[in-house]
Parts: sequence; C-alpha cells; structure tokens
Amino acid sequence: MGQKITIDPVTRVEGHGKVTLYVNNDGGIEQARFHIVEFRGFERFVQGRPFWEMPVLVQRLCGICPVSHHLAAAKAVDVIVGAGSGDELTPTAEKMRRLMHYGQIFQSHALHFFYLASPDLLFGIDADPAKRNVLYLAQENRDLAYRAILMRKFGQEIILATAGKKIHGTGAIPGGINKHLTIEERDRFLHGNPPFNIDNMIQWSLDTLEFFHQYEQKHRDFLLTYVNFPSNYLSLVRKDGAMDLYHGVLRAVDAEGQKILPDVDYHEYYKYIEEEVRSWSYMKFPYLKMLGQERGWYTVGPLARINTADFIDTPLAQKELELFRSFHGGKPCNHVMHTHWARLIEILHAAEKIKLLLEDPDLLSGELVREGNRQFEGVGLLEAPRGTLFHHYKINEYDQIVQANLIVSTTNNNQAMNNAVLQVAQRVFKGQKKVTEGMTNAIEVAIRAYNPCLSCATHALGQMPIDIEFVDVPR
Amino acid sequence: MAEIVRVYIDGKECLAQNGEYLLQAARENGIYIPTLCHYEGVKPKGSCRICTCKVNGRLMTACTTPIAEGMVVENNTAEINEMRKAIIELFFVEGNHFCPTCEKSGDCELQALAYKYQITAPRYPFLFPTKRVVAEYSRIIIDHNRCVLCKRCVRAIKDAEGRSFFAYRRRGQHIEVILDKRMSEQMDYEKALEAEKVCPVGAIMARRIAFTTPVGHRKYDKKPIGSDVEKIK
Repeated sequence: MGQKITIDPVTRVEGHGKVTLYVNNDGGIEQARFHIVEFRGFERFVQGRPFWEMPVLVQRLCGICPVSHHLAAAKAVDVIVGAGSGDELTPTAEKMRRLMHYGQIFQSHALHFFYLASPDLLFGIDADPAKRNVLYLAQENRDLAYRAILMRKFGQEIILATAGKKIHGTGAIPGGINKHLTIEERDRFLHGNPPFNIDNMIQWSLDTLEFFHQYEQKHRDFLLTYVNFPSNYLSLVRKDGAMDLYHGVLRAVDAEGQKILPDVDYHEYYKYIEEEVRSWSYMKFPYLKMLGQERGWYTVGPLARINTADFIDTPLAQKELELFRSFHGGKPCNHVMHTHWARLIEILHAAEKIKLLLEDPDLLSGELVREGNRQFEGVGLLEAPRGTLFHHYKINEYDQIVQANLIVSTTNNNQAMNNAVLQVAQRVFKGQKKVTEGMTNAIEVAIRAYNPCLSCATHALGQMPIDIEFVDVPR
Repeated sequence: MAEIVRVYIDGKECLAQNGEYLLQAARENGIYIPTLCHYEGVKPKGSCRICTCKVNGRLMTACTTPIAEGMVVENNTAEINEMRKAIIELFFVEGNHFCPTCEKSGDCELQALAYKYQITAPRYPFLFPTKRVVAEYSRIIIDHNRCVLCKRCVRAIKDAEGRSFFAYRRRGQHIEVILDKRMSEQMDYEKALEAEKVCPVGAIMARRIAFTTPVGHRKYDKKPIGSDVEKIK
C-alpha cells in the first residue's frame, strides 16, 4: 500500500494546476504528475465563427499573455486573407505588431521574475509563506519592487499604444494592423520623463541581470543542481539563426546541441509535431514525431530560445548570451533554474528591440493592411514569453472556422515540467516522514522556472492554501 | 404653420409641434429617451419597449405616442429606469451576447444602454439558446445569437423600389430574421455596410475585415449613448 500526496493548487503560477506524488512503501517517490485541471474547449467553440474574429476571440483564453494569442491568430489569418506568411505584411503592420509583441515579452518576463520567482530566490524556498511573496518583497526591497512595477507598466503602455487596450486589444487584424503609433506616444516612450523611458528600461534590464549575477555567484550550486536533466529544445529562429520572437523557422536541438529539426517551415509543423493525450490531465503532451513519444518531448521558452539561437541581433543581449554560453562551455544549458537567467537576457533583448522600433519612422505612417488571394487554411506561430505558440485554422467557403488547433507554450513544456517535478520530489521527499510547506514549495519552485500559464487570468499571489492530502492508494 | 403645444417631461416645460411623437419632442428639448428598435427616418414600431414612459399616468412607448397639449410625462424616474433596466437585461439573457469578442463592441447600442444603466449582471438566468450563424450569403453574415428582433433591418434596408431585403420567418420564440434569397443577389457592398450600420447590435456583419476601427475610436468609446441629446460635455 503506497500513498498519494497532492499539492493543490500550485501557487504563484498563472492558472490552476495541481501536483500528485505517488509514494511507495519505502517512502520514495515513484511517480509525479503535474495536472492541469482547467478545461477550456476553445478549439471546439470557435468552430462556426467568422475567421476574422480569431485574433480577438482566441486571445480570451489568457489574461496574462493575450498579446501572444492575438498575434499568433493574426498571423494565421494573414495567410487566409492572402497577406503572406508572416514577413510579407506592410512595414508599418509588421513593425507595429513586433512592437506590441516585444512590449508583451518585456512586461510578462518582468512580471514573472519579480512577482513570481524572485521571492523564492531572495527569501529562500522554505521561508515563511507570509514573507515569500511580492508584497514582502516591496517591504524589504522597495527599489526592486518599484522597478518591477514600472517595468511592467512600461510594457503594458506599449501594448496599449499598439493594441488599443492593455489587455485583450484589437490592434492586429487580418492582413495588418488597425492603427499607427502617434508622435506623442513615440516621444513618451523614447524621451519620457525618467524613469519612464526606454533608455532607462534598458538600464534597469542590465541592472536586473547584474542582480542575478550577484545572486548566481552566491548560490551557484543551488542553481546548477536544483533541477537538471537532458532535454530537446525547440523554438523559432530567424532564417539566419538569430533569435527572433515574432517570426522565423522552426528549429530543435538536442541536449548536446545537435540540430534535430533543421530550420523547417513552421506552416508544416504538423509534419514534425504530434500531440499525445493522457487521461489524467487536460493538457496534451506534444513530441517530435521522428523521435517518438519516449524521446521526442522537448522544452520551449527562454532557455530553449537561448539554446537554439545562433546569436542575438541586439548588442547588449548578445554580450550576455556570450557570457551565458561561455558559462556552459558552448553547449546547451540543461539547468532548469538558469531559465531565469535566459529570461532576463530576453528582457534586455526586448528592451533593445523596442528602442530600435520606436526610432523607426514606419510606425508613424504607411499602409496598414495588405490582402491577396483567399486561402482556406492558415498557420501562425510565434515565440510567446513562455515559448512557441501554435495557432492553426481551417475555414470553409463561407469564411467560417471549421477546424482549430492550438498548441500553447505551456503545453509544449508538459513533459519537461513533469520530469522536473519528479526529480525534485525524489530528492526532497526522500526519507522524510513529515511533509512540510517548504517541501511542497520546493516542487513549485521547479514548476515556476517554466513560468507556466495554466490557462487564463487566475493569478495566485503569495500564500495560498496548499492542501496536502495523504491518500492510501492500492498498488 | 404647425401648432405648438406644451408638454411636461419630468417637470420640465417643453414646447414642440402638435402631433410629433413624444420621442422626437423630447429630443428637440434636450431630453434623452432611450431606444433600440427605433431608427431615424423609419416608421416607428414600438416593439422593444425601452422608450416606455408614463404619459398622464399610463405606460406608453415614446416612439409611437403623438404629443398633445398639457401632457405630463415621467421619463427619467426610478420606476421607469428600473423597468428599462429589466428590459435590457432580458435582451441579454435571451440571446448569446459575448461583448468581449464581438466586432460591434463599442458601436453596439445594446451594450451602450447596458453601460448607461450600469448593468453589471442580469437579474434573470441566462437561457443560452442554441442559435445559428448564417454565413451562406455573399455579402453579409447573420449571427442570430446577437439578434434582438428589433426589425430595423426589415424596415430600413430596401431597394430603389421599396422592397425589403430582410424579412421575418417562423413565429413566437422561433422567429428570426432572414435575408431574402433573390434580394441577396442584388445586395452590393454599400448595402451590406448600410445593413450592418442599421443593426443596433452585432447580428448583421458585412463580410469584410472587422475591428478596423481601433478601440478608443468607436462610437460609444468616448461618450455614452444619449449624450448627443443631453449635450453632456
């Protein structure tokens, strides 16, 4: 007779999930499962709706990164209206969308690092839960919390200026964008009163990296040994191999850095990726077809992007990438906690990109929409803050959606998160007779590194009731 | 010259031409009476009942009631407003109105009325009826989930010879608007846009790229419904 330990809900992640640990008679963890307990059904209920609603409708499945869904859906319907496959929009449309996207990356990564992850790093995994949250962070480190809030705000204001709303905007339309940036908006972001301008945001991004480096020097063993395992990594990269979060080709590398998916056209993703359904979770398990279910699972997100890209096309982020690469001996990094480092490099990259875009006159004027010959199928991919996001739609002759397939970023990380949970649980729970709050948080720390968005807007802050349930389960 | 008569709306003395409908008379005097089925230039129907006022103590629809000398009208009172709220809530629960993803959001009169009357949630249970989206027409799509059966499209969208493009079919709770098949072949892009504009909600969508008007630039984004009559600054 073994036992089952349940951590429900998992806190400081986006959405609702729970963890079940199966304990054997010797007290060891035999199996760990990270369940997503929300059922959304979007793929079914968008059927019958006009295709042009997709960018506005499907983004409603998330309140945290709706911009990513908005843009991925828009890229898919661009194909349907014959506006090209992602890089053939008008310069104004593509640049406005990129600005929106980098604003989203900037604010989402800031939210995750400062609000969700940093309390664990600053106060310790087994600290009092009353202190292990962003409110206590604000008390203890006012300057850090102040920056966190303003960095988020800056990203949100970029989204407002490009999408029309901070959350669930309507800026991206089939074949383009519905507005220009005004001169006032541009000048505010470029030269606004300190600290609210892009130069300051770049500086704060650098400061945050420096903060991480100091932490890393003091806690190197923790970051390197907490959770690590070989994984495949998948992301979009630009055709020349540069990191590109908005558009590119699909690349996957293995744990040693060998290309296992060599820069393929993402419109044919279904040739390379399959999804497996398991009865205990509403989240599917995608894998690379050619490697099969056992070996084909992969990681997406900041760590994957850092591992797959050849270089970053902004100078400050490239310098950080070189530091990251040299730390890991030029090989892919398989240390999950270094995802935080990768995420901070991306914050810097996003800030640099925002500055370049703001300086581009195409944002202020130019053609907004392009259309061509109607197609009956469209695929849109981009790199959301949490990883590669897939939107795929088929329409009938009356412009109605007949089939939709969404593979969201967190879904791609499903197997990797389960592996991380198992590895940490086996170490932390080994030989322990009593389960403490710190032990369950240790599991959550591993999950949080992936910054999973388990569905939409549920956002747990600080201490939430973690019900730990011991149940005898027959073997 | 038409005879000028005196009516009292919520205690305010108003002058208007004898025989005018109460709705028009109120508007000329800067008093807003909400409407949904009414459309300027089209013969009033009085079917949605939102413009109901108490006229000399009796409930009457303002869009179909001609004014007369000395009429005493209750319009913006707690009792009338509560009744109007109830009517708006009924529209919401007996259809499937998902404002967040509707392309009419911001331009929708039903949504604007809900904001004006500060409706946060309806008091009645949602019926979640099964409704069709009819997309077979070449120029427009009709989403019956959003239709409030105001009949504005039937009454207002006509060809040069006065023939309606739209009609009702079926009866009772099964009634729905259809686009006449033969007339639909005559419908051009401009007529489709006109039909979309006449529809107070998002039930009639011209087949085109929606959401081209950014948030913040839609009709009711800046000023609430009725403010053009009330001259709210």
